[in-house]
Amino acid sequence: MSDALLSLNGVHTHIGPYHILQGVDLEVPRGGVTVLLGRNGAGKTTTLRTIMGLWQASKGTIQFDGTEIQKETTPAIAQREIAFVPEDMGIFTDLTVHENMLLAARNGAIDEERLGWVLGLFPPLKTFWQSAAGNLSGGQKQMLAVARAIIEPKKLILIDEPTKGLAPAIINAMIAALKELKEMQTTILLVEQNFSMARAVGDTVAVMDDGRIVYSGDMAELAADAGLQERLMGLSLEAHQ
Amino acid sequence: MSDSLIKPRIERPSLSQTIEAKAPLLLVPVLMVIGLLAIGSGSTWLTLTAAGLAMGMMIFIMASGLTVIFGLMDVINFGHGAFISLGAFAGFTILGLLGGWIESPSIALNLGAVLLAVAFAMLVTGLAGYGFERLIVKPVYGQHLKQILVTMGGLVVTQQLIYVIWGPDEIVLARPAAFQGSFVVLGAAIEKYRVLAIVIGLALFVAMRLVLNRTRIGLLVRAGVQNGEMVEALGYPIEKLFLAVFMVGCALAGLGGVMWGMYQETITAHMGAEVMISVFIVVIIGGLGSIEGCFIGAMLVGLLTNYTGFLIPKLALVSTIMLMGAVLMWRPQGLYPVVKAH
Repeated sequence: MSDALLSLNGVHTHIGPYHILQGVDLEVPRGGVTVLLGRNGAGKTTTLRTIMGLWQASKGTIQFDGTEIQKETTPAIAQREIAFVPEDMGIFTDLTVHENMLLAARNGAIDEERLGWVLGLFPPLKTFWQSAAGNLSGGQKQMLAVARAIIEPKKLILIDEPTKGLAPAIINAMIAALKELKEMQTTILLVEQNFSMARAVGDTVAVMDDGRIVYSGDMAELAADAGLQERLMGLSLEAHQ
Repeated sequence: MSDSLIKPRIERPSLSQTIEAKAPLLLVPVLMVIGLLAIGSGSTWLTLTAAGLAMGMMIFIMASGLTVIFGLMDVINFGHGAFISLGAFAGFTILGLLGGWIESPSIALNLGAVLLAVAFAMLVTGLAGYGFERLIVKPVYGQHLKQILVTMGGLVVTQQLIYVIWGPDEIVLARPAAFQGSFVVLGAAIEKYRVLAIVIGLALFVAMRLVLNRTRIGLLVRAGVQNGEMVEALGYPIEKLFLAVFMVGCALAGLGGVMWGMYQETITAHMGAEVMISVFIVVIIGGLGSIEGCFIGAMLVGLLTNYTGFLIPKLALVSTIMLMGAVLMWRPQGLYPVVKAH
């Protein structure tokens, strides 16, 4: 993993009195999908939020594209062409779908060609283009969250559990969208508990436990080794399929 | 992603939901009709209604900044009244310098004097807002109790500074000649100044709606009110947006201060703190963060104060508090809350 777009080295994060990340070392190779797995409370969401600067790393370094970013503000990090899709999707429910997308267009206008491609990935958004985003279903909101993240070309996309609570049809659609992004050499760091999804799109994988990375390697290796899954996760990942 | 897999579906609001959503828009006309029936005399009603709308517009001007500041920044600014007073005194200074314009029979010169006074008041209060946000508010973001304490402290300090600069006495703020006296419409006397207040209030409401709904900065403010963290994650420095909105909110308080001062025809250092009771009632009735709700709330408060002041004077003082209680029983978060209480 020498060509890492993003590297976390010994990153610690405290939230109030709690020591959440306890020395995270993670490399996200350029142009692929890295899946971050782990049980609830392992520190996956905190890792993404720390990368985005939403919570400050108290120790350690975060290198993005050769530059240390752990002391930068969230807007400055976002301006480095890093998009973030939070677990709660971060949709502005009182704004229309169009307005949500417009906010992600940095120079104030959406590129028509890019928009056509994005709406091709997520057709329902076209139907509800002028509707308040708060009226969308959960799956449609998730599509909007991902669409907003990719309406401008990004070097890195951080996505936190995009399939949580979604119907199988929408999960399959989300997998298809992520695969298309992968084909375009977009680097993605994906937090996911659905192992089917993780296996379908992941190139590399890192497993977290108690605020640390306890395993990292190729997804294919982990997917093929039930014993390793059992050891890492405490239960067979097959159970999540 | 295939269309066949995911069929677009959106839940249309039912008729009752639509009526529930639009009902607040009917409150002002309904109150006017009730007022007409209770007062009986058409000309008296017209005079009171014009007075109520003018008062409501001025309260709206003062409250609009406060509600946006609360909605976007989650800051409870008890010091807002300081900017109302400061604006009134800054406007008084300009009107004092333009004595010839004010006494002139020319409407253009009178209007010019008012506009210059308003512009100067907004400039002074906007800049004072910059200092207030940097020194007093910024260190206590997210800490409501401390916000109340330090902004109250800021209010007291500003009042004392006004005493130092302009003296402790009540000052008479004369209206320009063109805005003294009344029009007679359908037998009702309508003060000219109240017409000016209604025009300025309406213009401000339309301008705020246009800025919020048709511009990128407005889009950012509306998004920031809902989820400031996500606005930052999209690459926008929300701290700068906070500062800009705070300054605009203070400048609007300054505008309201000049208008209110000329309406009352006297100004004092604590006039802002006194009117803040009505301002807070309007913000709460309207729903935190909502310009539309704030506008409706201000009209209701202005009209109700004038109607009850005529019909049952002893009730006038508590009528707006009773109105607030009634609205909160119907809609616990106000008419159109943008920021939902948890």
